[in-house]
Amino acid sequence: MHLLVCGGTGCRASASDSITESLKERLQEHNLQDEVQVVMTGCFGFCEKGPIVKVLPDNTFYTEVSPEDTREIVEEHLVKGRQVDRLLYQAPEGGRVKDSKHMDFYKKQIRIALRNCGFIDPESIDEYIARDGYFALGTALNEMEPRQVIDQIKESGLRGRGGGGFPAGLKWEFASKNEADQKYVVCNADEGDPGAFMDRSILEGDPHAVLEAMAICGYATGADKGLIYIRAEYPLAIKRLKIAIEQAREYGMLGESIFDSPFNFDIQLRYGAGAFVCGEETALIHSMEGERGEPTFKPPFPAESGYLGKPTNVNNVETYANVPVIINKGADWFSQIGTEKSTGTKVFALAGKVNNVGLIEVPMGTTLREVIFEIGGGIKGGKKFKAVQTGGPSGGCLTEEHLDTPIDFDNLLAVGSMMGSGGMIVLDEDDCMVSVAKFFLEFTVEESCGKCAPCRVGNKRMYELLERITQGKAEKKDLQRLNNMCHVIADTSLCGLGQTAPSPVLSTMKNFWNEYVAHVEDQRCPAGSCKDLMRYEIIPENCVGCTACARKCPVGAITGERKQVHEIDQDKCIKCGACLEACKFDAVTIK
Amino acid sequence: MSRIKVKIKEQDLNKIRDICQAHGNQPGELINVLQQTQEHFGYLPAEIQEAVANELGLPVAKVYGVVTFYSFFTMIPQGRYPVSICTGTACYVRGADNVLQEFKRQLEIEVGETSEDGKFSLNCLRCVGACGLAPVVLVGDKTYGRVAPDGVKDILAEYQDKE
Repeated sequence: MHLLVCGGTGCRASASDSITESLKERLQEHNLQDEVQVVMTGCFGFCEKGPIVKVLPDNTFYTEVSPEDTREIVEEHLVKGRQVDRLLYQAPEGGRVKDSKHMDFYKKQIRIALRNCGFIDPESIDEYIARDGYFALGTALNEMEPRQVIDQIKESGLRGRGGGGFPAGLKWEFASKNEADQKYVVCNADEGDPGAFMDRSILEGDPHAVLEAMAICGYATGADKGLIYIRAEYPLAIKRLKIAIEQAREYGMLGESIFDSPFNFDIQLRYGAGAFVCGEETALIHSMEGERGEPTFKPPFPAESGYLGKPTNVNNVETYANVPVIINKGADWFSQIGTEKSTGTKVFALAGKVNNVGLIEVPMGTTLREVIFEIGGGIKGGKKFKAVQTGGPSGGCLTEEHLDTPIDFDNLLAVGSMMGSGGMIVLDEDDCMVSVAKFFLEFTVEESCGKCAPCRVGNKRMYELLERITQGKAEKKDLQRLNNMCHVIADTSLCGLGQTAPSPVLSTMKNFWNEYVAHVEDQRCPAGSCKDLMRYEIIPENCVGCTACARKCPVGAITGERKQVHEIDQDKCIKCGACLEACKFDAVTIK
Repeated sequence: MSRIKVKIKEQDLNKIRDICQAHGNQPGELINVLQQTQEHFGYLPAEIQEAVANELGLPVAKVYGVVTFYSFFTMIPQGRYPVSICTGTACYVRGADNVLQEFKRQLEIEVGETSEDGKFSLNCLRCVGACGLAPVVLVGDKTYGRVAPDGVKDILAEYQDKE
């Protein structure tokens, strides 16, 4: 028997480490330590209900487990054979669900990139091998010519999952065709998109998949050195990668004469130090060389002149994670999943105002509605859906009318957003779309490397305009200015960061024009979220003087005697909304 | 070579030398060198940057350029209990800004600053990957999930009595 404990970042933040320890202690108390193995796995995906403990082989899926629950799990489930009902997932309608495959959250998912996350101990190469790990590398080295490997990837239709969606096989072909004494394979693990944690979860949950794919890529393109560029802020992913690389070397999956073939390949880690622009491949390469991570003009593409001026193939984590499966199951199998021009699946970090926050993987062509309302379980707190933001700072906000759009690279672009790396943030009626655009612009301004003027200066000016709008200080003309700037910045910036920076503004202006107008013409924020345009007030008729709001107010802005009508001092009020949440009598209102 | 103008302790200089040598004194290893240096000293003040530049044979301006480019590097000593507010999109839409404002108010410092007693420093970071717990706050390695503005006081209180 196995007890799988989720060791993803979210669950670890909720004490899954102590759960593991505690389970081991309980097992010892019952002398079961040899019968039952406790394994810390990668992310199960259902972060909303974490920490998660899964019992194998009966597939019981315990949610929101705390260290105190471990006694019951061991004594009831393992010793007496009775499942602990209160820890099972409670479906919104109907009863408790034991097996994850019957949960709405998992029903529509197909896990290819995440195939091993939540199944294996990421720190054990044996468990990876037990699930066909390194089989694809063996096949490639022993039975395929490099050319055939590239053809497989091309035929599979696999497109880059980092954001651009460029066909991976074509990229490999370019790198393979450029002759050089040294070539490199680079894995872009610099996930900088705020609100996205797909790549990190793959690295934490299944690091060998990426190593194996990089070796396959090395064989196909003629490179014998691999580099993983990873954010230093991902300590757990780094630790697991280091362990995985060591193990792979020990087992001869990395190093010289892999699988007794003439092929040599080794992988090193390179650390990023926090710069969103380093997701751009030329900037990433400069950063690996110890320089400032500024992008340079393409061409030359990295496939021609990349790391240290040598031909370099750069793909992101999720792209690589698909490769071994394509080699094992064939390009035909892969290309049948998804849509015609976007094959396979896509991993999304589903977050925001949605009931089931988590990491999901769905076939391309799944609609936004299915993702948000079926997998995601709808909007939190019964609020109204307003928009969904995809593509992070380079993407846009889509509305109700786009909900039935099948998700793929081209469809999202056509409706004014983009796939991006896979962040998907759901917004509800309380979210101000101008503020959301401002939030992303603030990010872009902070992360702009400063090399080209349109991005460095333009985005800053655009941010200032948005700030004025949210403060109610803008004029009608400013909206026209904002629109013009969007187009100039998109057309004239050097790299993808600047070219796509206006997308959040453009898409919200297109889909929520009335909200912009309300801020400018009426100095009003329809969502009631812009602090400069609102004030909290107490409705005297409703106030019973219960003092709940006064006690909650962090700045002591609310005064009033017990059983007397209270009052908010507008000079002190920081508009945090704590009083509104505290009041049970609907006596606090936003004006 | 005596390009270093600001005094730096002999043992600190030796530590920097060790780190640089461990990376073969390669200019291309600058970021890795700086990372280890910061891990040891806690921050990268001008004199340490000069020493690194000296060891790797790089202009100080280049080292400074790299230090200021990446958000991971800091030239200000961090507090003993560094507070980081996640301002990724998921945390933002679930009210991270209100939490941030409350930390600023309680600590009386701005983002990027350290409190006078050197106890707390305040920073923002983008997505720690615990979006299910949004909004998320980190104090050192400890993660706090679903933080509301009125919970800020309690979080800080945990560290108030510690040294």
